[in-house]
Amino acid sequence: MIVASNLCKRYPGGYEAIKDVSFAIEAGQMFLITGHSGAGKSTLVKLIASIERPTSGSLVVNGQNLSALRRSAIPYLRRNFGMVFQDQKLLFDRSAIDNVMLPLQIAGLPRREAIRRAQAALDKVGLLAREKARPIALSGGEQQRLAIARAVVNRPAVLLADEPTGNLDVDSAGEILEIFTAFHQVGVTVVVATHDPRWIEHCYPNMLRLEHGSLAA
Amino acid sequence: MNAWLTQHGAALALAFRRLWSAPLNTLLSLLVIGIALTLPAFGYVLLDNLRDLGGNVSGVQQISLFMNLDASKKEVGEIENRLRQTATGKWRFVPKEEALKRLQDSEGMAEIVASLPRNPLPDAFIVEPTNSEPEALEVLRKEIAGWPKVAHVQLDSAWVKRFDAFLRLARLALWMLAGIFAAGLVAATFNTIRLQVMAQAAEIEVARMIGATDAFIRRPFYYFGALQGALGGLLAAALVLGALNLLAGPVGELAALYGGTFSLRAPGGLEFVALAAIGAFLGWLGAQLSVSLSLRKFD
Repeated sequence: MIVASNLCKRYPGGYEAIKDVSFAIEAGQMFLITGHSGAGKSTLVKLIASIERPTSGSLVVNGQNLSALRRSAIPYLRRNFGMVFQDQKLLFDRSAIDNVMLPLQIAGLPRREAIRRAQAALDKVGLLAREKARPIALSGGEQQRLAIARAVVNRPAVLLADEPTGNLDVDSAGEILEIFTAFHQVGVTVVVATHDPRWIEHCYPNMLRLEHGSLAA
Repeated sequence: MNAWLTQHGAALALAFRRLWSAPLNTLLSLLVIGIALTLPAFGYVLLDNLRDLGGNVSGVQQISLFMNLDASKKEVGEIENRLRQTATGKWRFVPKEEALKRLQDSEGMAEIVASLPRNPLPDAFIVEPTNSEPEALEVLRKEIAGWPKVAHVQLDSAWVKRFDAFLRLARLALWMLAGIFAAGLVAATFNTIRLQVMAQAAEIEVARMIGATDAFIRRPFYYFGALQGALGGLLAAALVLGALNLLAGPVGELAALYGGTFSLRAPGGLEFVALAAIGAFLGWLGAQLSVSLSLRKFD
């Protein structure tokens, strides 16, 4: 499903965030990208979602080589992914349900259908009762669950998350882990970049460890 | 197709909401656009009316031919022959006796005419040429002026030509004015949209990352620009109508003083639609330029 070979990413200024990394993620796997901070986990997630472009090497997602992708095709590629960002990127000027509806509006779903599906997604992460709340009124764990609801509402093939439990307390992190496991169990490919060791037992042996941008031995 | 319609509907609704959610800003923008469109539109209406006024008169293109006072009946007959030969159109002979009688009939002139020792008026011809092109008229005038015993040839259409030239000049000035104000309107929309893009930066960034196309992001801004322009156009139409209403009374009075009836022709529904369409187009253009520039930083 996602195959990288000899992938490199060098930022302007010469900093090499990813050096010669190769891996393969099968459809339906729960896959872990781990390593200490600054190891290149976030960069790898951005490369997979085509938010960054590789400097060299190839990255193939769903049979499409991302290096050869036309600019106009990128939005459609990104719709294969449900993205959970490190900083969540919720919109604070609108309610929880309006946040969740954004991907459906982008896909052009009729409003009534979009509301129905957004409510279903909020229900899955246990936030249906808070659908009218603004994100600012939600706790850290709730905000993270809201971000997950937005990521899964359009039923993506791959759930792609960057540090989904980074700033959460133990209980909230446990809930997030459970939600991801549940999606994995219904067949969604889950890719998580994190340095949180709790994920390892759920993902082992489908994982890769980065060290200074390279695969650790 | 369905998704396409849904997205356009949503973008239009969003544009309406954005207009509605900042009423003061919207009002000010509409005023700027409305006034920018009012001046050229009002000028257009005035010129249109002036052209009508000129058209009423310029239908009759005449050449007046005055004989020498001492011209004999035979010499007048000679001119008549020449006019017949050149076959330039209709012509009419006005003998000096008839001219004097007409002058006598004019109000207040009877006594003056009676006090004259002899008839000061010459025999005259009034020619209405079939070919009323200014150049042809000029050629004819020159030819006639060379005939014997012709004292003076007057082209009555001279003032019409001057009026035409004035109208052309005014129209050119109006176009330049319209061009300047159109640029102003585009700039005003450009700035409004730029501020909006800045205000929506978070949403645009997130939407891009989760798969929004350029078209999806741009669409609400285009609708906003076009909608604001169209509303500004309608406001301009209302202002023009108001101004014409205020002018209607004084213009009627002025026309009455000149012994005529003249009323300003107000623009019709089609012209209003055209004004709104021009506003919408210019607004769309401003939005297009602004969004193209502002969205670069999101790449």
